[in-house]
Amino acid sequence: MDYAAHDASTFAPPAEVGEMELYHAKTFIGKYIWSQDAKVIAIQYAITAIGIGLVALVLSWMMRLQLGFPDTFNFIDPSNYLQSVTLHGMIMVIYLLTALFLGGFGNYLIPLMVGARDMVFPYVNMVSYWVYLAAVLLLVASFFVPGGPTGAGWTLYPPQAILQGTPGATWGIILMLVSLALFIIGFTMGGLNYVVTVLQARTRGMTLMRMPLTIWGIFMATVLALLAFPALFVSAIMMLFDLLLGTSFFMPALVSMGQQGEHTGGNPILFQHLFWFFGHPEVYIVALPAFGIVSDLLSVHARKNIFGYRMMVWAIVAIGGLSFVVWAHHMYVSGMNPYFGFFFATTTLIIAIPTALKVYNWVLTLWHGNIHLTVPMLFAIGFIFAFIHGGLTGLFLGNVTVSVPLSDTMFVVAHFHMVMAVAPIMVVFGAIYHWYPKITGRMLDDAMGKFHFWATFLGTYAIYLPMHYLGFLGVPRRYFAVGGTDFIPESAQSLNAGITIAALIVGAVQMVFLYNLVWSYFKGKPSGGNPWNATTLEWQTPDTPPTHGNFGPTLPVVYRWAYDYSVPGADQDFIPQNVPAGEVARSGSKS
Amino acid sequence: MTQATPTHTAASVPLVDGVQGIVADWSSDQRAFKNVPWGKAMMWIFLLSDTFIFSSFLISYMTVRMSAVEPWPNASEVFALTLFGKSIPLILIAIMTFVLISSSGTMAMAVKFGYEKNRKMTFILLLLTAALGATFVGMQAFEWTKLIHEGVRPWGNPMGAAQFGSAFFMITGFHGTHVSIGVIFLIIVAIKVYRGDLDNERPGFLTGRKGNYEMVETMGLYWHFVDLVWVFIFAVFYLW
Ligand code: HEM
Ligand SMILES: [Cu+2]
Repeated sequence: MDYAAHDASTFAPPAEVGEMELYHAKTFIGKYIWSQDAKVIAIQYAITAIGIGLVALVLSWMMRLQLGFPDTFNFIDPSNYLQSVTLHGMIMVIYLLTALFLGGFGNYLIPLMVGARDMVFPYVNMVSYWVYLAAVLLLVASFFVPGGPTGAGWTLYPPQAILQGTPGATWGIILMLVSLALFIIGFTMGGLNYVVTVLQARTRGMTLMRMPLTIWGIFMATVLALLAFPALFVSAIMMLFDLLLGTSFFMPALVSMGQQGEHTGGNPILFQHLFWFFGHPEVYIVALPAFGIVSDLLSVHARKNIFGYRMMVWAIVAIGGLSFVVWAHHMYVSGMNPYFGFFFATTTLIIAIPTALKVYNWVLTLWHGNIHLTVPMLFAIGFIFAFIHGGLTGLFLGNVTVSVPLSDTMFVVAHFHMVMAVAPIMVVFGAIYHWYPKITGRMLDDAMGKFHFWATFLGTYAIYLPMHYLGFLGVPRRYFAVGGTDFIPESAQSLNAGITIAALIVGAVQMVFLYNLVWSYFKGKPSGGNPWNATTLEWQTPDTPPTHGNFGPTLPVVYRWAYDYSVPGADQDFIPQNVPAGEVARSGSKS
Repeated sequence: MTQATPTHTAASVPLVDGVQGIVADWSSDQRAFKNVPWGKAMMWIFLLSDTFIFSSFLISYMTVRMSAVEPWPNASEVFALTLFGKSIPLILIAIMTFVLISSSGTMAMAVKFGYEKNRKMTFILLLLTAALGATFVGMQAFEWTKLIHEGVRPWGNPMGAAQFGSAFFMITGFHGTHVSIGVIFLIIVAIKVYRGDLDNERPGFLTGRKGNYEMVETMGLYWHFVDLVWVFIFAVFYLW
């Protein structure tokens, strides 16, 4: 029996893949700064994203210090609390996670894993990074303008986002919106590359149904981003017009601070629809790459094929499609037509089906596997915990009747951190530990890694589990201080102090991780080309780290799917994708 | 430097028709869309994304129009021109639409001559397309000026709901920007055709990619898209 593709590839005409003309730069600047090599661009994206992510981390400390120990720190006032909330949320979701998963991992892994020499349009890909950098710099600039960055919340709801009285109501919000628009333009340049590379530039034998799930996840997330970001782009433009040209797209006539405003007859709910038409798919833009990557981590480190590969692919596609018809579950209390609530609750719960299916498949992949508790594996298992956890609270919030009393409480904050902060960040860490050897040729230090995992995993639970309870008590989100509120018992404050201590510890532990990244780059154990004995193409390159062009003189040819682990009868417990059926070493049995 | 990849040619196996063909293409290796060059695939996907941008604009326009608190100005009166002493509704818009649709025709012919490697005709037709596009933008500038003279501003107008002017300037402005960018690129492609860059596979100035006549078709895709969007703007803005 052979392991040919279980699909129609044999009947399709083989295609002609054009030659890829690579521009090999000679100078240092050409190679590492204005680089057109997707791998270098990936690292540029990753470093920028992690750098700005650290700012968001520090902002979360500001918030936690205030919540845990109110009236203690006089450098935090209500304005900069709100500014911290806003910039923390926006940076984490867009400038860190989206950029890191798609710009970082997407750029590094897509060409390597589908067997291409580079992205299809390396020049456009390079420009993508520089536009992203400009967006980040504008965002950073907003800390230094009069009034500081915007404090409107990461959802930027008008009218308050552009009314005087909201922190950063003039310069802060302008810079925020312009930065978002730039981010979208930069992302589009990269995103088009990722999609076309996956669709049109795979190597011989690499059918869509033989692609590693990592690529499926990143691919589908990019498609979502290309279709969801337009709504954000348009709402950013319209809000800029309301602010700068005095139009009234989103701004109704209102009296603010005793003054009749200049606006008339706008529709603030329209903004919410546009925002969440982007915002919900955004959750999956962050989640789908994580889903894909974690599938591969589990399979490699459990030495077992992923359970239900085709189901996993279809689930990714189905989740991607459904994510465009659930957005108004974020708007149950917005005053929209209540019948909408019924519709959107139903679609939201339908998404739970493919999602649960993926969770079952991850767990079934582990079942009877030969589990190696390596650091990437630990993080992958940590992801499953966090994701199940956040998924279950999502069922609460998806139902209108349960969601309404929980709206705008700490329960929501706990839910979305579990599902779209902790879970994807676990995968980011797992993925870095997994691919670092390919990127640098050295292993990350194991002891530091394990410490990093346990402190982060347990620490995040210490932060977010009690937060659910605070939410049930009714502690509101985005509040600088709750003061003496009858329904909130005194003890809530001690819980808050505990959460803050956990948050500070978790934050500090990340410094160990950063230290590990730098230390291992110089002193880490040399890894060789394929330290995890993995099957996918990026581990089969002639050089580690791969050179420009990735694969030496000839491209690999793919003969099998990405999950041939522990194949019965084969000598090794993995068969790389580029090994033909006839060349698999089988000494024990003849087959 | 160029690195060749061992490939099979598409011509070596016959293509399958119909749905089966689609399934076969998608489940095959290397390319999901057979015989579609990278640039063209990328343009299609970009246009899909751009469709979402224009849809968001138009749906937002419809929403603010429906929730406006003042009456919406009557488009056929606002956009009427007085010619020879008679007020003709939408006449300028009709001419603009005609010009833009014609430019799609000249563009299509440019693509055809491009594939026939007829440099002269391709060049002329590309320039003609660019000229028609520029005429369109010019007429739009005229229309803007006229409305501004009549007191229409993004923040308000004498005829009714403020959102009328806001949506008008925003949407036609965004579309006009698309047309203008298109005109610039038409001229660039025309120059490339004229110099023979596409025949000689001369590498592009910025990207270093070899020139070929598929570029003309990719350009055409964009141009037809911009025209198509105009048809929708025309329908929901001027006729509603
Ligand atoms: C150590 C890690 C983190 C801590 C301690 C933390 C803490 C917080 C706190 C205290 C708030 C504000 C609560 C409020 O007053 O409403 C918040 C909001 C938020 N966080 Fe985090 N966070 C962390 C990581 C992340 C990550 C990785 C993400 C990525 C998705 C994220 C996304 C958000 C978002 C979207 C908001 C909402 C902002 C808003 O209400 O406008 N956080 N976080
Ligand atoms: Cu959602």
